[in-house]
Amino acid sequence: MSTVTHTPGGLAGPDQTPPPGRTPAQRAAVGGGRAGARFFNGFSHLFLAVWAIMVVYPLLWVVMSALKTDSEVIRKPLSLIPEQLQWGNFARAWTEGHIGSFFLNTILVLTGSVFLTMLLGSMAAYVLARYEFPGNRLIYYMFLSGLTLPIYLAAVPLFKGVYNTGVVLPFLGPNSHVMLILVYVAWSLSFTVFFMHSFFRTLPNAIAEAGMVDGASHSRLFFSVMLPMAKPGLISIGIFNVLGQWNQWYLPTLLMQSVAGEPKNQVISQGLIELSVNQGYRSDWSGLFAGVTMAMLPVLIVYIVFQRQVQSGLTAGVSK
Amino acid sequence: MRHGVARFVTGFLALPVGLYLFYVVWPFLQAAGYSLTDWGGYSDRQQFVGLDNYLRLFSDELIRKAFWHNVFFLITVPLFTIALALFLAFLLNVGGREDKAGIRGVFGSGLYKVIFFFPQVLSLVVIAVMWQQIYRADGQGLINGMLMKIGLVSEDDPITFMYDPEPFLGVPAVLWWLLLIAVWSGAGFYMVLFSAAMQSIPKDVYEAAILDGAGRFHTFFRITLPLLRDTVSVAWVYLGFIALDMYALVFVMTPSQGGPNHASEIFASVLNFTAFQKGQFGYACAMGVALAIFTILLAALQLRITRRERIEY
Repeated sequence: MSTVTHTPGGLAGPDQTPPPGRTPAQRAAVGGGRAGARFFNGFSHLFLAVWAIMVVYPLLWVVMSALKTDSEVIRKPLSLIPEQLQWGNFARAWTEGHIGSFFLNTILVLTGSVFLTMLLGSMAAYVLARYEFPGNRLIYYMFLSGLTLPIYLAAVPLFKGVYNTGVVLPFLGPNSHVMLILVYVAWSLSFTVFFMHSFFRTLPNAIAEAGMVDGASHSRLFFSVMLPMAKPGLISIGIFNVLGQWNQWYLPTLLMQSVAGEPKNQVISQGLIELSVNQGYRSDWSGLFAGVTMAMLPVLIVYIVFQRQVQSGLTAGVSK
Repeated sequence: MRHGVARFVTGFLALPVGLYLFYVVWPFLQAAGYSLTDWGGYSDRQQFVGLDNYLRLFSDELIRKAFWHNVFFLITVPLFTIALALFLAFLLNVGGREDKAGIRGVFGSGLYKVIFFFPQVLSLVVIAVMWQQIYRADGQGLINGMLMKIGLVSEDDPITFMYDPEPFLGVPAVLWWLLLIAVWSGAGFYMVLFSAAMQSIPKDVYEAAILDGAGRFHTFFRITLPLLRDTVSVAWVYLGFIALDMYALVFVMTPSQGGPNHASEIFASVLNFTAFQKGQFGYACAMGVALAIFTILLAALQLRITRRERIEY
């Protein structure tokens, strides 16, 4: 990595030391004058506001439609103000549309899978980043390769593998929460290991050595010294995993189909797909909107509360 | 001591590596193996057919269609998303008034950033189901409803969105409508990314430029944009992956998951259809391997093109 110093011609010369403050003439040259600047400022606001409306309006429309009656959805589809607030739509989507149980299933699965992803991911990343042993590179690249391979390639054998495991160990078969947790963890490890690996690399050696001198075991060193030091990285990758696994739809669609008579263990994404098909048949539009609202609002609220962390967490995930 | 290290390393790696091997690596390897057979998926009968499945890929009309649709998304999704994100970031960061401290960001840029980021935290399925309602092909849909109200679209002839296979600029209209959703949901995230990168450019670079008499457009195109090159190329790679992954939208929104009349078929939808509807697992695995090779080649290509000396401040 080399450092390129950016010195555009004419800036470095000592004879060109600029005068303090600018003359009106220079000021006018900057940004095409005052009127130009004002116009540009106005244009910026206009365009940004238009885009903001394009983002917010559909969301608001969904939430407001969730509070209308069905006939109102059909009669006045565009209005943002319901004649009377229909909270019953939410109750209907929650119970009849099973959004309630899909919700709980998702939370149950995510609690296990995010915790395990973080724990196992940082353990593997730590060992790979800070210990030399034969096969280290091989294992690291094995994890890395999962980043480029499309999930669809593995779909067929993965389905088959889970199905076969289920014959012997039912709790690891299709339509089981434990199985889904383990699959989520396995598929999230690639990125988690990759991300935390670069993080553990940057931690100073001196502290690790001091810990060793004090007689800490390897695993104690990890859990009470190194892991706490990696907290910023853990928060980033944690947010990334929570959102990623909450939004996961392909793996559950593949692996969590319940045969008639089996308990419905599906997660929220599947629930929404099901709702969009079923409510379409029943023309229960307000129920559908209520379902989408319930899947949408918790995430949005969490985001608004923790927006700084979420934004930096997700963008750090990309720029690593 | 040495013994302790070995035990520790093994203990820490056993579980993650085991899980990863079982649920990720093993399926991939199996897929490669199955791709050489004519396995149907539901029977135990499978015969080694060599590279027949791969040869079949080249003469498959549907695959050819899906391939070009993938290429379409691969070009348009990053292109439009990055262009829009850069434009928004530009307005946000240099659209404000200027004073002694130089050119400022617009008033309320924090709020804009929060709002633009919304779609990023919503799941693709939520976005798909929501847009399904926005794109409804009657007056009940948001867009059709609005256009009917202002009289641009007549009640009897609404825009059909997802049911429109007619080509526009040589590409089925349904794909353009899907593209719009992808850009809508991605632009905010990349705007935040570019915005953060812009702000990490040291202030004195700008001050020097302003003292030299460079206006905001000059400053942006001559200084900001070149310094953003790294970030933009990373964004390009990521958007490339997202473009290959448009399946969620196709799955939820299009008629018979790739329709109408196969107008929105992409690799993933053909693969799933072949495996689970037609029951040709072996052939589907060959498609998967082809897709994987395509992805890896693409990633390598992009890394090659975008590799360049890093600029550090």
